[in-house]
Amino acid sequence: MLGPMLGEAWHAMGSNRMRTALTMLGMVIGVGSVVLMMAIGQGAQFAVAQTISTMGSNLYIIIAGTTQTGGARSGGGFGFTLRVADGEAIAELDDVKIVAPVHQGTQQLVYGSKNWSASVVGTTASYLDARAWALTSGYVFGDSDVRSATRVALLGKTVVENLFDPGESPVGKTIRVRNTPFTVIGTLAAKGQNLDGRDQDDTIIVPLTTAQRKLFGVPFAGSVRSIMVQASSAEAMPSVEKSVTALLRQRHRLRDDQDDDFYIRNLAAAADSAAETTRVMSMLLGAIASVSLLVGGIGIMNIMLVSVTERTREIGVRMAIGARQRDILTQFLLEAIMISITGCLIGLLLGIGGALLVNAITDMVIVISGGSVLVAFGVAAAVGVFFGFYPARKAAALDPIEALRYQ
Amino acid sequence: MSEAVIRVVGLGKSYVTAAGLFPALKGVDLTIDRGEYVAIMGPSGSGKSTFMNLLGCLDKPTSGDYFLVERNVAQMPGDELAILRNRTIGFVFQGFNLLPRSSLEDNVGLPLVYSHIKREPRRKKAREMLARVGLEGYANSLPARISGGQQQRVAIARALINSPSLILADEPTGNLDSHTSEEIMELFGQLNDEGITVILVTHEADIAAHARRQVRFLDGHIVSDLQTSGRGSNAC
Ligand SMILES: Nc1ncnc2c1ncn2[C@@H]1O[C@H](COP(=O)(O)OP(=O)(O)O)[C@@H](O)[C@H]1O
Ligand SMILES: [Mg+2]
Repeated sequence: MLGPMLGEAWHAMGSNRMRTALTMLGMVIGVGSVVLMMAIGQGAQFAVAQTISTMGSNLYIIIAGTTQTGGARSGGGFGFTLRVADGEAIAELDDVKIVAPVHQGTQQLVYGSKNWSASVVGTTASYLDARAWALTSGYVFGDSDVRSATRVALLGKTVVENLFDPGESPVGKTIRVRNTPFTVIGTLAAKGQNLDGRDQDDTIIVPLTTAQRKLFGVPFAGSVRSIMVQASSAEAMPSVEKSVTALLRQRHRLRDDQDDDFYIRNLAAAADSAAETTRVMSMLLGAIASVSLLVGGIGIMNIMLVSVTERTREIGVRMAIGARQRDILTQFLLEAIMISITGCLIGLLLGIGGALLVNAITDMVIVISGGSVLVAFGVAAAVGVFFGFYPARKAAALDPIEALRYQ
Repeated sequence: MSEAVIRVVGLGKSYVTAAGLFPALKGVDLTIDRGEYVAIMGPSGSGKSTFMNLLGCLDKPTSGDYFLVERNVAQMPGDELAILRNRTIGFVFQGFNLLPRSSLEDNVGLPLVYSHIKREPRRKKAREMLARVGLEGYANSLPARISGGQQQRVAIARALINSPSLILADEPTGNLDSHTSEEIMELFGQLNDEGITVILVTHEADIAAHARRQVRFLDGHIVSDLQTSGRGSNAC
C-alpha cells in the first residue's frame, strides 16, 4: 500500500513545483538555521571548555586586600596584608593540595635588538603543578632558586616568538628584564587565551623572590600579593574556602566586626559561569532557530490546507472509486512528510555549508555533531506529521458526494 | 429473488437546505436483476442523480433500505462502502472525472491502488482495459490530450478494471455529440452482453432505447417501469 502511495505523493509534489518549492523553503530555512545555530553554539561551548581545561582545576586565588583602621580603609589597589607564611600555613590545611605565592606584573623584556612587554609571574615551582602547565624544553627552577633569588626564567610561547628568531633555541640564552639579566632555563607549553581573552602564553615565570627583589619591589620581606590554592577535589572547594578564610582571619588577628583584609576568588566558579553562559547562549540560538522551524511547519500546514481545498474534487473521485478515509489520510500525510523531509535534507546541507563558511571567514569554532543533525531531522519529520495531520484529516473526513459536487 | 443485484425498499433522501428539508426522493421501490440493462429517465430535478448516488454508495439514504447483492448497505460504515465502491460498483460520471495530472494508464489503474495491487500487475491490467475500450497506445497520454468521447472510454475502463457486477452511469453521454454518444452506448451494450448489469441515466429517448427496461422518475417517485425490446430497435 505504501509503495503506490509514495509514488502518488511524489507525483503530487512534482505536479506543482513552484508551490512545493516555496513550502519547502520554510523547512529549508528552519532546518538550515537550526543546524547552523547549533554548530555555532556547540562550537562556542567547545571553545570555552577548551579554555577552561588550560586554567587548572579546583583553583582559588587569594588576593591581598586593604586593612581597615578605625572604619577608614587605606588607599585603593593592592594592600600588603598577605605573607608567604600565610601560604605555608594554608598548605597545612586539610584538602589543600598545592599552594603557590604569586606576584605578577608587566615588564619590558629585551633580547639582542628585540624587546617585548609581557606579564611576569614571580612564584614557586608548585605554580606550574597547580596550573598543569608543562614545559616544552629545559627544566623548572627549584626551591633553592627561590631561596637564593637566582635570575632564571621560563618563557611562554608568545614571548619566545617575539624575542627569538624562528628555530633559535632560547634555553641557555640571557634576556634582560627591567635591565636585570635572566638566564632562560626552559620554555612553556602553549595554553592559548584565558576566559578574559588574554593570551596566557605572553608570560614569563621567574622565582618569587627574584621578582620581588629585582623587578617589583615589596614594602617588607615576606609579603606577597596573591596566593594560588588548589583544593584536592571539586567537592572539597567550599570547605577549603571556609577553612582558608578562618585561618587567615585568625592569623591577621581580625576582630569579628572587621571585614576580611583579603579576597578569595574562585576560578572554578568563574569557569562554571563562563560555561553556563555559553550553554545558555547556545540554547537561545537553538530556540530562535526552532521558531523558524515552527514557521516552516505552519507553512506546510497552510499549503496542505490550500491543496486539500484545491483537490477536493480529486479526493471525491478517489473516494468514488474505493479510497477509504485512511487512504486519503495517508496520502496527504505522506505528501506533508515528504515535503518536510526533502526540505530538511536541503536545509541540512545548507546549514552545514553555512557553518563551514562561517568557520572559513571568521575564526569561530564550529562543531557539527551527528546528534544535532539527527535532532534536526527528527524534528522536521515530526513537524511534517504534526502540521500535515490536520489538513490530511480534513481531506479524509470529506463526504464523497460533497467532494464530487465541489466545483 | 436470489438473482437481484439491487433491491431498494421505500428509499428516501431529503437534502438539508436553507429553506428546510427538501425531499428529493420520496420512497422508491425497485428491484433490478443480474444482467439487466436499465435506463433511468425523467425530467431535470426529478431525483435521478440522487437515486444513482445512493445506488453507487456515494451518498446515504435518509429512509428506507438498499440491498446490494442481498446485503443491506443503507447504514453501512464508510470503510465497507469504500470497498463496495472499489470492487462491486463501477461508476461513470457525466463529466468523466479523470485526474487531470495522471496518465490514462494511472487513471485506469487507480482503483487497483486501493485494492492493494502492485504496480506492475496494475499497469498490465490498466493497459488491457484501455485496449478493451479501444484506446491501446494511449497509456501515457494525459486526459487533456484526448477527446471527450475518448475520456469517457477511459472512465469506463476505470469503472471496469475491478470486474464489478454493476455499472452505474449518470448521463454518460450528456457532454458528448450524438455520434460519439452512439459509440459509447455501443460499448455499454457490449458490456451488458458480457453479463454486466448496466444502469444508466439519460433524458434522451434514443439513448434510452438501447436499454431493455425504462424506469421513469417524476418528483422523486417512479411513475413508470417498462420492459422494452431494447438495443435501439425502437429508436425513432
Ligand atoms: N445537494 C443538494 N442539496 C439540496 N438540494 C439538492 C441537492 N442535490 C439535488 N438537490 C435537489 O434535489 C432535486 C433532485 O435533484 P437531482 O437528483 O439532481 O435531479 P436530476 O438528476 O433528476 O436532475 C432537485 O430539485 C435538486 O435541486
Ligand atoms: Mg442529474
